[in-house]
Amino acid sequence: MSATNCYHCGTSCESTIQIEDKSFCCDGCKLVFQLLDQNGMCQYYDLTQMPGLTAKGNFKSEKFNYLDSPAIQDQLLQKISNDQALVVLYLPQIHCVSCVWLLEHLNKINPGIIHSQTQFDKKEIKIVFNPSLISFKELVQLLAFVGYEPMIHLGGNDIINKKKVNRKQLFKIGIAGFCFSNIMMLSFPEYLSVEAAELGVLRPFFIYLNLFLSLPVLFYSARDFFISAYTGLRQRWLNIDAPIALAILVTFGRSVYEIITQTGAGYLDSMSGIVFFMLIGRWFQDKSYDSFSFDRDYTSFFPLAVTQLIEGKEMNQPLASIQKDAELLIRTDEMIPADAILLTEGALVDYSFVTGEHAPVEIPLGQTIYAGGIQKGRAIQVRVVKPVGQSYITELWNSPALQNEKNNTQSFVHPWSQYFTMVLLLIAFSSGLYWWWVDASKILPAITSVLIVACPCSLLLTVTFTYGNVLRWLGKSKLYCKNTSVLESIEKVDTIVFDKTGTLTNHQDTHLEFIGDALNLDDQIALKSITRESLHPLSQLIAQYFSTIHPIVSVESIQNHLGKGTRAVVGGKEYLIGSIHFLKLQGVSITSDIKGSAVALSIAGEFKGVFKINHIYRKGLGQLFQQLKDKQYSLYLLSGDRSTEQMYLASILGNDVPMYFEQQPEDKLAFIEKLQSEGKHVMMVGDGLNDAGALKKANVGIAVTDQSHLFTPASDAIIEGAKVTTLAQLIDYTKKGKLVIVLIFILSILYNIIGMYFATRAALSPMIAAILMPISSISIVSLSALLTFLFAKRMNSQN
Amino acid sequence: MSVIVLLIGVSVLVAGSFLAAFLWSVKNGQMDDDYTPSIRMLFDDEINTTKK
Repeated sequence: MSATNCYHCGTSCESTIQIEDKSFCCDGCKLVFQLLDQNGMCQYYDLTQMPGLTAKGNFKSEKFNYLDSPAIQDQLLQKISNDQALVVLYLPQIHCVSCVWLLEHLNKINPGIIHSQTQFDKKEIKIVFNPSLISFKELVQLLAFVGYEPMIHLGGNDIINKKKVNRKQLFKIGIAGFCFSNIMMLSFPEYLSVEAAELGVLRPFFIYLNLFLSLPVLFYSARDFFISAYTGLRQRWLNIDAPIALAILVTFGRSVYEIITQTGAGYLDSMSGIVFFMLIGRWFQDKSYDSFSFDRDYTSFFPLAVTQLIEGKEMNQPLASIQKDAELLIRTDEMIPADAILLTEGALVDYSFVTGEHAPVEIPLGQTIYAGGIQKGRAIQVRVVKPVGQSYITELWNSPALQNEKNNTQSFVHPWSQYFTMVLLLIAFSSGLYWWWVDASKILPAITSVLIVACPCSLLLTVTFTYGNVLRWLGKSKLYCKNTSVLESIEKVDTIVFDKTGTLTNHQDTHLEFIGDALNLDDQIALKSITRESLHPLSQLIAQYFSTIHPIVSVESIQNHLGKGTRAVVGGKEYLIGSIHFLKLQGVSITSDIKGSAVALSIAGEFKGVFKINHIYRKGLGQLFQQLKDKQYSLYLLSGDRSTEQMYLASILGNDVPMYFEQQPEDKLAFIEKLQSEGKHVMMVGDGLNDAGALKKANVGIAVTDQSHLFTPASDAIIEGAKVTTLAQLIDYTKKGKLVIVLIFILSILYNIIGMYFATRAALSPMIAAILMPISSISIVSLSALLTFLFAKRMNSQN
Repeated sequence: MSVIVLLIGVSVLVAGSFLAAFLWSVKNGQMDDDYTPSIRMLFDDEINTTKK
């Protein structure tokens, strides 16, 4: 029996479960393998090594009972015909080729599934199934069984709307590109200045065809620029789209004038080219992370439906219909959806969502359980005391401090574009004045040429492409920003507030430590034997602590005092394991004053010490804090935990970081508000619902997650847990993004000066415009890509 | 020279049909997912052999 890796999920294990030469870590994984094997689906294992997800094997089938309720089904399923229904589910576990393969061949397992199609980057699956052969509940159970438990939440319609917007953008780009390239081609005779006489009837044909082709560009593709400029002007505010809309209109107007008066061919090629490039820039910038959701509110964390007990009968009810005084049945691993009073014993609630404190709390009968807690013990019954929307945690969400939307910080590009427009109008005006003096017939050509050639779109192109690139490089470094305006907010940050649990510590790793007298081997064996029996999470932690101890002995008697501790007799000796209070009640005198999450132990009436739960801090925190301090950021630490680890934290982070402990969610929110009222630009780094208010309130809220598929609260950006320590470099990189933009602005001003030289002399030929436009656009785009790449490379080499 | 009028007309039509094809593909949802198809093509052959 040696340590191997599970054939299914790759977890290293002491394998006891084997089929032929394949070993498995648990029965769950074995069952999944058998299911796939029976259906001839072992290709799953050929595509990727150990592709599976640890089959928990412990999901309760009742968990999905609510999916049978027609009210829920109406919202999730789309009926195609009587025997076909369509559902789109979010499967955050999708991670490799094998996942796609398995999910798209589900019909081999159950013929009720007609067709399934995954979208890898969105982590979505679209399933068409026959409800008379496999019910929706069975379908979800099957998915959960093979390891892909869907995250079901309502409001999936948003996704469909987003898709439509996306497609519209592609339509616009396609049409602009088509018109642009054809106009370019038809303008060739003009560029080559073929004699008009030589072309004869062809010239007006070309020109009018051009005019015809430019219409869809002006009226369809460029529509967004006009709409945005118009709404800006109505709010008496000159946004970046205003000069662009002006340039497009002037170019088109002058071209039409030239064509009608037969004085020239106009600049329709430049106009459609500009629109085409700018649309591509926008599209590039908007292409964001589809598989992340940045706008979750508490409803996404809460279950869709709960089991209500009506006159002793279990009924599945949509969460929204739960009123005060409803009696609910909460099963293991289910969330308590509303503040409620406990009616039956056995409540062991993990409040880590709410408070950040990870150790489960035992709740005595008749006490209030707050919404957001997750029941870890057996099934309990509760009576709701407050409707869902008014519970403690949800109320925080609805608090007035969060109601006003984050005032969108004005992009630094906007004032630039305003100056740009001012200077542009000034040059146009003065050149007009000059020509009025010299040759009145050239006033209009000069003014319009200035407006045509001085392309404000270079500003827009620079910004959209550079920020688009920065966003992508940050994404590669596992910091996913919601959109580009977040980048500008990050640049302005001067204060960073960290949460402790889950942010500086790793959620998955807890480390148990025994403080007290050394235990002899017999005691260790006895303790392992006692604790491995219990399902209490702390008890299991202790059993794990002694995992190297063998063998197991039989426990003579064991009494579990719910919510307090365990009394057991092994080898004639009495062992008491439980809270300090429990030991005192049993007449043990406690000689230690440990606070925090701790389990006390006494053997034969004598206090031995406590098991203390420590969180493991991420590596490199000291360095991170030092780097941030060097860059003059003010740093703060907020924690929902008790202050037991303050000394230790100070030794890593430095004594000059103010730390605040036992912070309730609303305290954190208030703290951010206070900093903001002092004029600070605050970044909050946190996780979980307990930080949700602060994350939303802060100028930049970064949610930390250790599994990219885990639910994260509403935030501006999501960072992968392991990358928290590279935050300093990541912030630095976003600042480099601004530098790149400024550099390219200078370049584009050079282009503008060249263009102006021709324009003010009223000598701007369509050819010069047609050369200058693509050269400036392409050089801007490639320079932006190059610089962001170089800076990204430097950032990665520093990490 | 007037044949050029015809040729240009044809060329715009040809290009227009490409545009129409593009717009159709967008509308059809072919541009919605630009990653999964590259995975999916990896495992087509194997399925046939297991079916036999």
